[in-house]
Amino acid sequence: MKVRSSGASEMAKSLLHLALMLLAGMVFAYPLLFMVAASFKPGEALFTDLGNPAALLPDARWSLNNYRAVFDKGAVGAYLLNSGLIALLSVGAGIFINSAAAFALAKLKWRGQGLVLTLIIGLLIVPFEVLAIPMLLIVSKLPWLDASGLTIGWLDTLHVQIIPFLANAFCVFLFYQFFKDVPDELVEAGRMDGASALTIYLRLVMPVCKPVIVTAAIVLFLGMWNQYLWPVMTVHTAGARPVMVGLQQFFGRSTQWGEVMAYACLITLPVMVFFLLFQKQFIRSVVGAGIKG
Amino acid sequence: MASDNAPSRFGHARWSEVAVLAGPALLLFAAFVLLPFVLAVGFSFTNVKLLQTERIEWTGLDNYTRMFALKLVDAPPAANETERAMPQRQWRQMKRAEPAGFDGYQYLTDISLGGRHYLIGARDPQFLRSIVNTFLFALMVVPLQTVLALAMALWVNQSFRGRVVLRTVFFSPVVTSMVVVAAIWGLILHTEAGLANQMLRAILGPDAPQPDWLGDPHLAMLSIAIMSAWQGAGFQMLIFLSGLQGISIDQYEAADVMGASLWQKFIYITLPGLKRTLVFVGLSTTIMAFGLFTQVDVLTGGGPMDSTSTLIFHSMRVGFREQDIAYGSAMTLFFFLFVLLLSLGQKKLMERLGR
Amino acid sequence: MKAPLLLAAALAAGSTLAAPIEIQVWRHETGDSDMRASADAEARFNRQQSSYRVVVETLPQGSYQQSVIAAAMTKKLPCVLDLDQPSVPNFAWAGHIQPLEGALRPAGVEALIPGARSTLKGKLYAVGQFDAALALFARKSVLGRNGIRPATMDKPYTATEFRDILRKLKKQGFNYPLDLNAQWTGEWVSYAFSPWLQSAGADLIDRKSFTRVDGVLNGDAALGVVDFYRSLFTERLVARKPVDDQSFPSGRAAFHYTGSWSTKEYLARIGSDLVALPPPAFDQQGTQPRIGAGSWQWAVSSSCPHPEGARLFLEFLISTPEIASFSQATGLMPTSEAAANQTQLYRAGAFGRDLFEYARAYGVLRPETPAYPMLSSSFERALKEVREGGDAAEALDRAVEAIQQDLKRNRNYGF
Repeated sequence: MKVRSSGASEMAKSLLHLALMLLAGMVFAYPLLFMVAASFKPGEALFTDLGNPAALLPDARWSLNNYRAVFDKGAVGAYLLNSGLIALLSVGAGIFINSAAAFALAKLKWRGQGLVLTLIIGLLIVPFEVLAIPMLLIVSKLPWLDASGLTIGWLDTLHVQIIPFLANAFCVFLFYQFFKDVPDELVEAGRMDGASALTIYLRLVMPVCKPVIVTAAIVLFLGMWNQYLWPVMTVHTAGARPVMVGLQQFFGRSTQWGEVMAYACLITLPVMVFFLLFQKQFIRSVVGAGIKG
Repeated sequence: MASDNAPSRFGHARWSEVAVLAGPALLLFAAFVLLPFVLAVGFSFTNVKLLQTERIEWTGLDNYTRMFALKLVDAPPAANETERAMPQRQWRQMKRAEPAGFDGYQYLTDISLGGRHYLIGARDPQFLRSIVNTFLFALMVVPLQTVLALAMALWVNQSFRGRVVLRTVFFSPVVTSMVVVAAIWGLILHTEAGLANQMLRAILGPDAPQPDWLGDPHLAMLSIAIMSAWQGAGFQMLIFLSGLQGISIDQYEAADVMGASLWQKFIYITLPGLKRTLVFVGLSTTIMAFGLFTQVDVLTGGGPMDSTSTLIFHSMRVGFREQDIAYGSAMTLFFFLFVLLLSLGQKKLMERLGR
Repeated sequence: MKAPLLLAAALAAGSTLAAPIEIQVWRHETGDSDMRASADAEARFNRQQSSYRVVVETLPQGSYQQSVIAAAMTKKLPCVLDLDQPSVPNFAWAGHIQPLEGALRPAGVEALIPGARSTLKGKLYAVGQFDAALALFARKSVLGRNGIRPATMDKPYTATEFRDILRKLKKQGFNYPLDLNAQWTGEWVSYAFSPWLQSAGADLIDRKSFTRVDGVLNGDAALGVVDFYRSLFTERLVARKPVDDQSFPSGRAAFHYTGSWSTKEYLARIGSDLVALPPPAFDQQGTQPRIGAGSWQWAVSSSCPHPEGARLFLEFLISTPEIASFSQATGLMPTSEAAANQTQLYRAGAFGRDLFEYARAYGVLRPETPAYPMLSSSFERALKEVREGGDAAEALDRAVEAIQQDLKRNRNYGF
């Protein structure tokens, strides 16, 4: 967006813009910065510094003690690995499972389509807490086949934290909305060439969906990373424990706030990185170009 | 859109294609959402407790009557000023005098209709209050969060230096653990030592108002609404951004040629282009707003005086802390129907407005 | 050539035959010293005998209760687990843990103070290595400076006397003279304040029948206690939302009503100036304070495939030397006099002995009924309401109503 005006007022506008940016940034970033600053301070200092904005700046009390304590206490590295695996596998599989279903709903015609769509939108509303207990009972009776043979029950595993959540109504709906906007000509052109629905989906439609894919990836990653109630109920051993449950180690009779903050910083980092990597895809892509060209 | 109503020129898709594409998702939904949902419905007709795995009894609609049972009585004349101001005292006295008639009913509210004063009791007044609270919360948070998210998305969609940083900063509240964020906000909103009130004092002087953000029944829900909007806006901003990507640049360039102003471009190009996204964001924000739980759990525990108790919070407290899983299920099922109807209504309304 | 192979095979077979049976144990994670002490105890047990090998899994404390409940529902509880005492009757009634009656050697169990045993309808279900006593921690110098007499077991503070002391301290400059851990939610509320009811002659539920609540929880005696509690907040003698939990150690508060688990930390920070006074008494004569009893205890799950091994481990844990060494390492209160005499902190003449005596003289278990979660939740809600400005009589009546309805729905839980 070009601003066509004289140099002075242009600079004034830039300065105003900068001021606004700083203000907005501060409002949104303050708690996060607080968390980071607090992770370097001893626990008690957290409360004495509450009202002081300058508390965000490094001072003599800053140290790595909290981080040391966090690593001493438990297998933070293992928890990070678990959550990382869970989140990445979920994103990888989830993108395809959900977008494929959305494609079938948006671009194909079949009996029962309307009903299925309504059901899925309805599923959006069901809060997880309703389903938690029945899901627990179901999951403890399901069989699983792997290298060590057939076992009953999915508890204390990584897959119990992944599989029930791969199909995500929100993502389906997200893709559905986007596919609806993709011109039908694209699909029909593929049909005329004799391609199967699967091919059209993979080769023609998905490549133009970058922004939605990125959004869905971030949504899925976030959802799986932040899982708490379900792992608490289904995973008891430290082997498959994810990061959010690990956080609870520091809460209790004597909550160690400094360590809580340090741990929170450690578990926020990967999500931040994931977001930063993916948001580069939010380029101003021109959807129409695929057809015109 | 053409694809909504026009029949496909190529007829029905082959079932094998549908199976391959939609099969996995539908199978997973059926096993892990539909089936547990049916089980939860089943629970709501029993009296199963949290730790119980056998001897479960069928109780029919008991849980549902418990949710909605109301009792209306004529208010007796107030004996003194305190009684006039606190009708619940009158209810208690009536209950003491006639325990059988009032068994299970607690005071909910009073109402004056047609010149007569009535007292209303309910078997679960917290549940009814939770419905009202949830509604109020959604009413506050949805417009706030949607407008904020849209503004943020529009801002960050321009090209200027630092936009990536700003975008990341806007998204950062979403990335942090809700438990930690809520705890930090609890510290910020602390009446005496918190940053919010200290800043008010710094800006407006020593006589500045020092609101009890989380302890005043009239303010608590608003505080949580503001905090939730702050936390969720970045997420919706992302959705808006992906919607904005879909509006072709050509339209903007044509508008520039015609000399359209910023505002005109916004009204005539951006908003219509975002129609679907707006419906989606409005709907999903509303649905998420109705599911409010963690913030209440960490910050206020449902208080003060039940003013922040939401549907899900109440059902979690009843189900997990008081171990009455059957009743908790019944409440969440009501929640589901309630939000479903509301969302369908909202969707129709927004689509009608869009036209 | 064949002989060595056969020998190796025989040795291998022999060692598998003698391999100790694994016993799964869960415990909730607490502080570092607790965890080290636990690990040491585990190692000692495994060394002492070779029939069983105990494997301990520690679960995060913040989510422990939910984890255990979920495991119980899917019948995946470990052989041995630790439970917070008041929830034991509930687990027992639901059939998830088995009675220890007749399984543990009586001599070991009888030596324990009442707070270390958890029963349902008289049957023993859990035993504890340590307990906690509630006390009023204070500084001798502060008391002396303000002319306040220290309470003793012979002459504890009465409720009104205590409130006057707090008012006096507030005038002397203490913003909030008393710390009641008001920011803690959950079981703390019932644990800390239902003993006040018992001291006044009221209770959460009538303990003879375990079916009557009306008149017990909302009678005049109970009302007096809750009104007192309310006044502490309305007069701003206690902070409704303390910023942190360091009010007492930092000197901002003169009294801290909390459990003996803080003893070690406070002794280290405050030294000889520290004193642990008995809590105020709410009865007419002002001589009978009451404190909660029963902390984390060990139980054996019903689905345990090797109950004999589990019981062996429990017996080991409540033996005198084990209780003593756990107490030495953690500073937590031991559950038998014999063990107390072997510890530095709780032997006769030591600082902690007072606390041990409080536990013996004043300790009352929370009502041993499966209805306890409901009792606790309702009482907690009532006190929360009162803290936020509600009326005491209203709040208690509501609690009574909720409990009664729950009892009705569950056929009085078998009583």
